[in-house]
Amino acid sequence: MSGILVLEQLLNGLGYGLMLFLLAAGLTLVFGIMDVLNLAHGSLFMSGAYVAAEAHTRTGSFTAAIVIAVAVTVVVALLLEVLLMRRLYTRDHLAQVLATFGVILVADDIVKMAWGPSPVMAPTPAALSGPIELVDGLPYPAYRLVILAGGLLVALALYLLVNHTRIGMRVRAGASDRPMAELMGVRVGRIFNGVFLLGAALAALAGALMGPIVAVQVGMGEAILIPALVVLVIGGIGSVRGAFVAALLVGVVDTIGRAFVPMLLRATLPPATAADLGPLFAEVAMYALMVVVLIFRPSGLFSARS
Amino acid sequence: MKSSSRYIGLGLLFVLLAAFPLVAPLLGLDFYIGFVRRVLVVALAAASLNFILGFGGMVALGHAGFIGMGAYTVVALSDAGVMSAWVMWPLAAVVAGAVAALIGTVALRTRGVYFIMTTLAFAQMLYFVVVSLRRYGGDDGYTLMSRPTLLPGLDLGNESNFYWVVLVIVALALWWLQRATRSRFGHALMGIRDNETRMRALGYPVFRLQLVAFTIAGAIAGLAGALLAGGNGFVSPATMHWTQSATLLVMVVIGGLGRSWGGPVGAIVWLLLEEFLKQHTEHWHMPLGLLLIAVALWAPKGLAALYKRRLPLTPALSPEGRGSKA
Repeated sequence: MSGILVLEQLLNGLGYGLMLFLLAAGLTLVFGIMDVLNLAHGSLFMSGAYVAAEAHTRTGSFTAAIVIAVAVTVVVALLLEVLLMRRLYTRDHLAQVLATFGVILVADDIVKMAWGPSPVMAPTPAALSGPIELVDGLPYPAYRLVILAGGLLVALALYLLVNHTRIGMRVRAGASDRPMAELMGVRVGRIFNGVFLLGAALAALAGALMGPIVAVQVGMGEAILIPALVVLVIGGIGSVRGAFVAALLVGVVDTIGRAFVPMLLRATLPPATAADLGPLFAEVAMYALMVVVLIFRPSGLFSARS
Repeated sequence: MKSSSRYIGLGLLFVLLAAFPLVAPLLGLDFYIGFVRRVLVVALAAASLNFILGFGGMVALGHAGFIGMGAYTVVALSDAGVMSAWVMWPLAAVVAGAVAALIGTVALRTRGVYFIMTTLAFAQMLYFVVVSLRRYGGDDGYTLMSRPTLLPGLDLGNESNFYWVVLVIVALALWWLQRATRSRFGHALMGIRDNETRMRALGYPVFRLQLVAFTIAGAIAGLAGALLAGGNGFVSPATMHWTQSATLLVMVVIGGLGRSWGGPVGAIVWLLLEEFLKQHTEHWHMPLGLLLIAVALWAPKGLAALYKRRLPLTPALSPEGRGSKA
């Protein structure tokens, strides 16, 4: 296999990993601070994707679509927080899983009512639809580069926010030891509001960006939720740094499982067996990674509460 | 505790259920014989999950994986030409139990959300394994040739006959599970749920007890999977999708965590509602979702607990079914 192909696949893996990070960051902060397990996080991702697709088709502007998608989703998240999440803070994880699983069912039906059961077309912005020659012999879709750049920028901004600002310090304090942080005068409840809305905005951004390269359809939130939870668990709950490292790790491992392992199988096994086993490795790689990590570090790589 | 009236009540329920296939055709409800049979099997699966979740405090989110292992054991045997239920059903339980034992060995090293996620991860791996098994239909699923054979002269292809066999097996398995929860073993399990450190200090082999419970639950779920497969005549990977595991969890919580009838009650309520709503609206997810939210907010101990509040005579088999912080 050529170096160019490896590079191309690695870029794909990084792009996927960065999108996972956008989801996992919100999820891990909410879980780390408020101890709330929010399965409906994927529904916010779906909201971002649908609203962006709709807004893009109507306004013709991709930038406007992203802004509208994030704004609408933040409003939805605000409603969700006021109506439901607040009541779940003090409840056990099982009640949280139950209630937010309920939100998933409701959200999927609302989307089905509004847009119908079949997938929606999310156009790629016209200016970005062509390829760009990165190095000689590697034309790479411009849109995927934008995803990479966008994901990296947001990750950097989030890193600076969490690690180098006063607000971030309070957020980290709340995540690692909530009672102590409250004792020191941090209004953790207020901080949580902000973090929950920020998480929703990141999920919506990921949804809006991913829309053109995945199928925008009912259930897309559940499909991405599990990988995001895997990232959360591998990274260690409550750690943004852990989520970042784990997201890139999962992105790359997923790509290896999808692109390189099948190639290796085709080269070494009879074609029928290889065709059977290839997809299996593609899907299982991420979970296998998680199990291996948990065997050696039962609370993730960088758990904020160790 | 008035155990005699309790047994009379259960006996009556059994007789009513047994009479259903005879009465249903008179009322034009033939279609529902298959439905009630499915409810019975799912109730058994939910009871097995409640065994580890409610009584053992292990929030496992991969139970559908074990149901699937049982179902695919039936598929594999059927594909190999083995149709005897005497082989199929016990083997389904053994295979699912063995898989559960392996998974439990790894998963029980972790705690809380990490445990939830590890069980989910293993179930997802099982899911993708069966998706990749092209011999058994892969994504499209596998249609079984015929119903299994049990006794010469007993035609299980007949809906009523199959229903009765399922009813007897489910009743026996539920009875056995009840006994297990009331045994020394069951009490040790509840002790671990409530205070693991203390049980460890008392010298209980915590890991081993949890692993045995996990294995038993897996085996019973596998048996349920085999019964489902035999009844439907069709098995697909969808049986093992993670949302199915989540639905089972939801059933148990709705019914009542750690309540002796929590699993079956939840399964019955959930499936009846689903069936009812599906007939009346295309958007049947939303009412179910709202119900879930309502239960989580206002009846966190499940419907069985609401019932108990009004009828204090119901025997309290378990300490307050507290939802352990996962």
